[in-house]
Amino acid sequence: MNKENIKSWLKINLFSNWYNSIISLFVLIVILLIIPSFLDWAIFKATFIGKTKADCKTGGACWVFISVWFEKFIYGFYPDKELWRVNLAFIILILSVLSAFFVKPKIKPYILFFLVFIFPIIGFILIHGGFGLENVETRVWGGLSLTFMLTFFGIIFAFPLGVLLALGKRSELPVIKYFCIAFVEFWRGIPLITVLFAAAIMFPLLLPANFNVDKLLRVAIGLGIFESAYVAEVIRGGLQSLPKGQYEAAKSLGMSYWKMNFLIILPQAIKTVIPGLTNTFIALFKDTPLIILVGLLELLGMVNLAKSNSYWLGMAVEGYIFVGLIFWFFSYLLSRYTQSLEKKFSTERH
Amino acid sequence: MKKITTNSFAILAFVATFIFATFSANANQTRENVIKRGSLNCGVSQGVPGFSNADASGKWTGIDVDFCRAVAAAILGDANKVKFTPLSAKDRFEVLKAGDIDVLARNTTWTLSRDGGLALDFIGTNFYDGQGFMVRKAANINSAKKLNNVKVCVETGTTTELNLRDYFKANKLKYEPVAFTKSDEAVAAYDSGRCDVYTTDKSGLAANRTKTKNPADHIILPETISKEPLGPVVRGNDENWANITRWTLNVMIEAEELGITKANVDTLKSTDNPAIKRLLGLEGETGKNLSLSNEWSYNIIKQVGNYGESYEANVGTKTPVGLGRGLNQLWTKGGILYSPPVR
Repeated sequence: MNKENIKSWLKINLFSNWYNSIISLFVLIVILLIIPSFLDWAIFKATFIGKTKADCKTGGACWVFISVWFEKFIYGFYPDKELWRVNLAFIILILSVLSAFFVKPKIKPYILFFLVFIFPIIGFILIHGGFGLENVETRVWGGLSLTFMLTFFGIIFAFPLGVLLALGKRSELPVIKYFCIAFVEFWRGIPLITVLFAAAIMFPLLLPANFNVDKLLRVAIGLGIFESAYVAEVIRGGLQSLPKGQYEAAKSLGMSYWKMNFLIILPQAIKTVIPGLTNTFIALFKDTPLIILVGLLELLGMVNLAKSNSYWLGMAVEGYIFVGLIFWFFSYLLSRYTQSLEKKFSTERH
Repeated sequence: MKKITTNSFAILAFVATFIFATFSANANQTRENVIKRGSLNCGVSQGVPGFSNADASGKWTGIDVDFCRAVAAAILGDANKVKFTPLSAKDRFEVLKAGDIDVLARNTTWTLSRDGGLALDFIGTNFYDGQGFMVRKAANINSAKKLNNVKVCVETGTTTELNLRDYFKANKLKYEPVAFTKSDEAVAAYDSGRCDVYTTDKSGLAANRTKTKNPADHIILPETISKEPLGPVVRGNDENWANITRWTLNVMIEAEELGITKANVDTLKSTDNPAIKRLLGLEGETGKNLSLSNEWSYNIIKQVGNYGESYEANVGTKTPVGLGRGLNQLWTKGGILYSPPVR
């Protein structure tokens, strides 16, 4: 860009008239005031290497806090010598998600089947134990890995349930229709906190003493059901966007109800609501820290725990920035991933 | 129609049995459950400096944690057989009632409404806390009575805020509260000069002082304006369990009074002092009264230590929490720690 171009770009975009000029100058001043001191604190004056709080003497950010506690932030209290199991589970997950980009379209349904039905079992056995692996109670699960587990479980639980609920809401059978409407409205009408409290605290009081469902499982199912109501409404939006002709065409070919929905209607409907679904799943991801309130320590919970260790007091800002970056990074990743899906599935001709 | 009624009665009876079983199942068998399980389930905080906290290797430490370890030592003979469950302030009592944990040691203030209204038992006080004030040294204030026309940083929605109002009203002093939802925010605001005073429980004051830019610039005023006895809690339907936990705490206090420490407990076994002999289970049958082995008290002291040792290691002046003994000193040394006789 040459000088003339920059000048005209500035003129058009930042200083097109007097009030835009004032706003631009104001923003510029704010940026100049904030950014240098932030960079100074976060990078130039920060301490990156060390083992204790005492190593941070420079007056800037103490990233030592993050590096020392990193393992706890990621894995919670999961026993050290068993960490490979969590890692392996997530490597399998990442590889199978990535492989979807490289294999032939024909194989993709199998990958999906694996992710939804087989991987959860493998992952559960790996992380929880069984088949010769030592049992690791859910009590010690935590950190970012717990955040991921809950998000993944929430998605594969909420998505199929949401699809069924969306179809049910448009069903011609009144029992199914009104049941689905009541279900969705009920779960959409109560706050997530209430669901978590009910799952974690009230539910066990209703069960016989020897019959114990794991707290994390209760919470995860509560979270999954809660999100399914939102997924259902998003997908219903997609269903409604389809012209009647699609249904009629499918029926005239003699397709059954399920065949029509799974081959003709849903693929088109879901494709149109990918942005809405992404929204819901990102919201689910960001809702997981609420489980702190029922005593489960995911990423934010672990950071809270670490910053209140008496030898690490005063690290709140570093901790929260770290959590913020992690959440932003993975939400952005999810958003980019679904954008690529959107492009791929786009059948619009330009 | 008749059949339906019979059926629904059967179902009702079934459900009722289940519910009854739920509520009666926990009664009077916590000790057996712990022994059967081979570990104690202890509810702790999600991180309170010096009381219950984990370090970067995942090991729990703190004065409340030590109490749980002592209970495990008393029953199972091994202080390491404890599983810690972090709980929020909101779900702690429900989790205890539901039976997920055997004892709650989560810096919980003992009040009448909690003790009487929740079907729970507070078994003692392992830390006498109370609200205090922190001010800047430069302000030249040495007593809370001299706080007038000050801005006070305080956490909102806590009893702290109410105590603050009561104190200033009772002493006819003027103040302006500046409320925050998190202690970190309140401390940061105080540190940046938005307030003259920061107030919270004294256990938190000293810990929060370390969060300021220059901790040496701030002092904690001597006055304590509220009573916050923090203690472990158990379910109210198990007399034996309440006794075990209560006397575990008493043994720790009594051991300090008699000068028994982790280090000297083995040499003191050959002492002639009858009080020490009784406490170590060499005389009398203290364990039998609690349905425990007679080494229970020895195990507590040997594996966890006496109260003073636990205090100094977790919240004492050599730790970042930096609290003097204050009220938490033995009654013989000017505090109010007093164990009924272990005999």
